[in-house]
Amino acid sequence: MSQEQKSWKEIPIAGVCWKPATEYPTGDWRTFKPVRDPEKCTRCLLCPMICPDSAITWNKTTEDIEFNYDFCKGCGICANECPVEAIKMVREGEA
Amino acid sequence: MATIQQKVLALNGDEAVALAVKQSDVDVVAAYPITPQTIIVERFSEYVADGEVDTEFVCTESEHSALSACLAASATGARTFTASASAGLALMHEILYVTSGCRAPVVMAIANRALSAPINIHCDHSDSMVERDSGWIQIYAENSQETYDSIIQAFRIAEHPDLLLPVMVCLDAFVLSHTLENVAILTDKDVLKFVGKRQIPLVTGHEGRKVPFKLDPDNPITMGPLDLYDYYFEHKRQQEEAMRKAPEIIRQIHDEFAQLSGRKYGNSLVDAYRLEDADVATVCVGSTAGTTKTVVDQLRTKGVKAGLLRLRTFRPLPVTNIMKALENVKAIAVMDRSNSFGGHGGPIFHEIRHVLYDSKSHPYVVNYIYGLGGRDMPQNIIRSIYEDLQEILETDQVKSYVQFAGVRE
Repeated sequence: MSQEQKSWKEIPIAGVCWKPATEYPTGDWRTFKPVRDPEKCTRCLLCPMICPDSAITWNKTTEDIEFNYDFCKGCGICANECPVEAIKMVREGEA
Repeated sequence: MATIQQKVLALNGDEAVALAVKQSDVDVVAAYPITPQTIIVERFSEYVADGEVDTEFVCTESEHSALSACLAASATGARTFTASASAGLALMHEILYVTSGCRAPVVMAIANRALSAPINIHCDHSDSMVERDSGWIQIYAENSQETYDSIIQAFRIAEHPDLLLPVMVCLDAFVLSHTLENVAILTDKDVLKFVGKRQIPLVTGHEGRKVPFKLDPDNPITMGPLDLYDYYFEHKRQQEEAMRKAPEIIRQIHDEFAQLSGRKYGNSLVDAYRLEDADVATVCVGSTAGTTKTVVDQLRTKGVKAGLLRLRTFRPLPVTNIMKALENVKAIAVMDRSNSFGGHGGPIFHEIRHVLYDSKSHPYVVNYIYGLGGRDMPQNIIRSIYEDLQEILETDQVKSYVQFAGVRE
């Protein structure tokens, strides 16, 4: 949630967003966290494509898959779809 | 006052609406037919088929979809129109709130019809009165001429950059929708000049830049997203603020139209008829006002100081105008063509009595529920209501605050 609380006179009408969605870290909604086993992972790049929050990306520097936990809501689609079962969903605080 | 050429056509209310929409340069019409509104979209679809308009006409599978399509079209900046009635309007209920919340200036004609059950296709105001809290401006027309004029004004009102509020123009089922009347028609050119192009104001978009308030791939914005306890309330407050600005803008647009056409409807918000020195008065909306004016004239010839207040807009409620118009009236009968079951009278009664609570004169205010399901409201029943008011003044007693006029006891 936004820290700054504006009055009705200051905000755009109709709920028009005046800030990008990246200013709202939605990762704190997560109960289960995807944890990847880099040994099992084949870097097939299926998970970056299917992540509904675009929270999985290819890091060109490290040349590896990267999870952005600020925006991963823990839906588990990546773990479900991973062809080599390299992603496990682990309860927050237990990983 | 009229400075331009007009011609008189014999039109029913629905045809008058269709013609006004045809002349108003509307981009999108999405609709689903329902009696007694059907003639509106039927006639308009003929204009489309005959190539007389370049409007995109969308035939949907329900009224819920019709208004959803209108909302979406309006959000892209299109001038948008639909029409409905009764169960059709009820099915739109959810999207009425989404439309006003997205500040989409859709214009809709409502041919006021009773709600089922038992099923009934005739006039009462149950369908639109139940939507009074949906954030739409509501204009109730007295006759087909006013319906035609109000539709043209409605596009200007709805799209005004300070408002961006959807507008319902309500006309009584059959009494107006299907009854031929002489309607003076402006030229296409004059209407086009009056309505102009839809103006799109700027809003702050998600990159903090000022962008046009419309869905546009070149300047993408998000409308009506998830909005929780931190901002939803502020957005509702903005809608209320727009409603508070509406009376003045409705009046300005009405007066500008009056300059063009020579036709005025009271002060645009209320139509006060012979109220200056009235002791007894009724308050109503819609076509019943026409019959009541005749009764008032008859009573006046007999020395009864009778008057009438017709509300042209019910939302926004013209509070100060109501207080001013009724400040010297001693007994008032509010006429409701709908009922609030288990409440203390009908919805117009609630508002009028509520507004007059602060009046210094503290008049008697009673309620008559009438005309449900198209039950006729003839002169003799209206006359008897004025007689009841006179009796209240003579005896200083109210027998019953809420009564039913025209029902068999």
